[in-house]
Amino acid sequence: MADSGVTDEPGTKDDVHRAKTEGKELSKEEKQRLRKEKKQQKKNKEKKDEKASHESEKKKNKEEKPVSAAAPASQPPTQPSTQKAPSAVPAPAPVPVPVSETPALADKPAKTKADLKAERRARQEAERASKQAATSKPKAPPNELQPVVKRLPEHVQVDNPGVLKKLAKKLERQQIPLRLDYGYKVSLFSHLHQYSRKAPLTQQLSIPSTVIHPAIVRLGLQYSQGIVAGSNARSVALLHAFKQVIRDYTTPPNEELSRDLVNKLKPYISFLSQCRPLSASMGNAIKYIKKEISNIPSQCKEEEAKRKLLSCIDCYIDEKIILAAKAIAKSSIEKISNGDVILVYGCSSLVNHILCEAFEKNIKFRVIVVDSRPRLEGREALRRLVQRGISCTYVLISAVSYILPEVSKVFLGAHALLANGYVMSRVGTSQIALVAKAFNVPVLVCCETYKFCERVQTDSFVSNELDDPDDLIVTRKGKTQLEHWQDVPSLGLLNLVYDVTPPDFVDLVITDLGMIPCTSVPVVLRVKNVDQ
Amino acid sequence: MPGPDKETDLTERIEAFLSDLKRGGSGTGPLRGSAETARETTALLRRITAQARWSSAGDLMEIIRKEGRRITAAQPSETTVGNMIRRVLKIVREEYARSRGSSEETDQQESLHKLLTSGGLSEENFRQHFATLKANVIEAINELLTELEGTTDNIAMQALEHIHSNEVIMTIGRSRTVEAFLKDAARKRKFHVIVAECAPFCQGHEMATSLSKAGIETTVIADAAIFAVMSRVNKVIIGTQTVLANGGLRAVNGTHTLALAAKHHSTPLIVCAPMFKLSPQFPNEEDTFHKFVSPHEVLPFTEGEILSKVNVHCPVFDYVPPELITLFISNIGGHAPSYIYRLMSELYHPEDHEL
Repeated sequence: MADSGVTDEPGTKDDVHRAKTEGKELSKEEKQRLRKEKKQQKKNKEKKDEKASHESEKKKNKEEKPVSAAAPASQPPTQPSTQKAPSAVPAPAPVPVPVSETPALADKPAKTKADLKAERRARQEAERASKQAATSKPKAPPNELQPVVKRLPEHVQVDNPGVLKKLAKKLERQQIPLRLDYGYKVSLFSHLHQYSRKAPLTQQLSIPSTVIHPAIVRLGLQYSQGIVAGSNARSVALLHAFKQVIRDYTTPPNEELSRDLVNKLKPYISFLSQCRPLSASMGNAIKYIKKEISNIPSQCKEEEAKRKLLSCIDCYIDEKIILAAKAIAKSSIEKISNGDVILVYGCSSLVNHILCEAFEKNIKFRVIVVDSRPRLEGREALRRLVQRGISCTYVLISAVSYILPEVSKVFLGAHALLANGYVMSRVGTSQIALVAKAFNVPVLVCCETYKFCERVQTDSFVSNELDDPDDLIVTRKGKTQLEHWQDVPSLGLLNLVYDVTPPDFVDLVITDLGMIPCTSVPVVLRVKNVDQ
Repeated sequence: MPGPDKETDLTERIEAFLSDLKRGGSGTGPLRGSAETARETTALLRRITAQARWSSAGDLMEIIRKEGRRITAAQPSETTVGNMIRRVLKIVREEYARSRGSSEETDQQESLHKLLTSGGLSEENFRQHFATLKANVIEAINELLTELEGTTDNIAMQALEHIHSNEVIMTIGRSRTVEAFLKDAARKRKFHVIVAECAPFCQGHEMATSLSKAGIETTVIADAAIFAVMSRVNKVIIGTQTVLANGGLRAVNGTHTLALAAKHHSTPLIVCAPMFKLSPQFPNEEDTFHKFVSPHEVLPFTEGEILSKVNVHCPVFDYVPPELITLFISNIGGHAPSYIYRLMSELYHPEDHEL
């Protein structure tokens, strides 16, 4: 395997693929070679895309016609011509031009000589311009803000069969079962997954599973059944599971811990995202762990490295979650005064913590808990608050305009804060903020900084999570109206999990870095990036 | 003897109607639509006109007022009853005026001019006896009944003027008027309906199944997702329990949130309400306006440990101010909310506003 040439690309790929599936390790040189090949392929692809766009631009300049399907096919013959020196262009140009033009423009009259000359000149100009652009690109100084166009995550491209196939292949390689969508999806959300809770992914796993660590399997099941829910809880559970994985990990011989551990974590992350799409906080935690792992120096011994990683994770949880909660509680308590009536929605661990702390400080206030079907998470919050002795009122979200005239402040938790100032939170939060604004009641959002993410979003459609539609079914007075909704072709049930609140509804965001307005989120992100 | 029998028969019927109303309101008996209530009230009033003993219009109005007060006290939230009583009272006044031969004085409102000119004239006391009054009143009440029977169809006929194809329409809860409206439009056009389920009674589910059986693309969403999906909605069409005198609504809870979300996205809010829902009441304090049902709909008894330490509210109605409403569609056509007060003056006499 080691002596096959670099030029024989498909050959080495097969070998490598076989080696991976057979479980043999690759030597260091092979890995380096693979990386080089991948880089080259990427460069070639980029070149081809550039050329394709230039070709289509030139054609547009010439005739102002849409680039037909024949245009990409005609590019390879024109490419070798354009790669030659510009002085050689006039000679071969007329030859490939009619070749490329005729399939595209069979119905157009033939061009006169003057026209052809003008076309040639235009093409030369365009080429010169493109060459200049190509040479000037590397001169641009690399700034701290990385180019933003990232790859779209898979879980918002369900309507693209190509992406689905790629995902299926990737999961097959990692030996993780693919979870199938369930039920009729509303057309507006055909780009998202919709799973049923009754068919957890773990049923399709073989036992014992050699690829996935049992702690991760358990975690995935807890996520998909909703046993572990809530942004903070999910992140902490994830980090604890990863700690277990690191403890049980042994570096295979001829491998580096920093590279191999990251590769080991990849199938786990795919599995977890199949069980339930990752939240923004989980994404940030995973990024942090991967960075920490790859920063481990290669001469570090395994035991020491593992110890370091475990302490890093503990430190992350302490700093970003527990201490942050304390800091946020401290700032929020200044905002709660005697005689306040505070409205909270659903069950946010942070908001509950704040209210309990305020109660400890003997501030006299009462709480109104607003809840919504089908999750009814407010009951959990109600239990926790009542246990502490806080006087509470409980209503459903449809009664919120009845109860709002009594309310003095609204405290909301967040799932993530987006870079354009929008707050992504449990569905219904934006509604409460809207009605509170109409009644002139201040809305305060409490969020730790590790939940800030660089995405931007303006509506609740493009990136959301669809929960099991059967949750909406309810039996009242012995009758279940929607029992056979699947049999009726024109009936759909929509169970959204998240929604985004525009920043003009939110008056203040309380974070561990202080109290900021909603629009300062990108500033915090920039500061964090610079720190790291 | 036919006389006392008739009277006892009449009182029996009134008692039966009262108990029906009381049971229907508490949610234990079968839920009746407002149209049915209106029809039954009018039929009962016709019976009272026919069977009770009265000699002049004034007597009849007194009897109707007395019974009306009892009936409305049985179920104050059922405003259609009071509306029908006021309509019949107005009918009696009109028939009396016509029998007397005086011109149809359209402007019955107090005006400075009238005060000056009428000065020392005594008020109408409706004491004159007319033989044909009974027959006329009963005939007019029959006309009212026919009008009531056709209200839903009249509203549904206007559907095609308001719904175009490929629209996304949002509604909340269950309203028979809106159901008929949408089904009528669906015969000719294809559109999509989103129904908010309206917890805790979840009447939206019934509406959704009925609409989807008529072939309309329907989606059921939870109440919490109203604002989230509102950006894709073209129109909001709702029904209501009562239309108040200022053009506001007393509708099922959750409607105010829906109206606010529609206003935020500049989506038109259309209310389909027949004329018998128009009530001369203005919204006053919270305690007289709201009706509550058992909190176990919201927090069931299975949560027993915390149930005793928590206040639970389950209001049934919501107030929607007239600024959030774009259009009223009734059986006599479409109106803006600012026009409602004029319609009221045509339907009810100002002296009857307080029964």
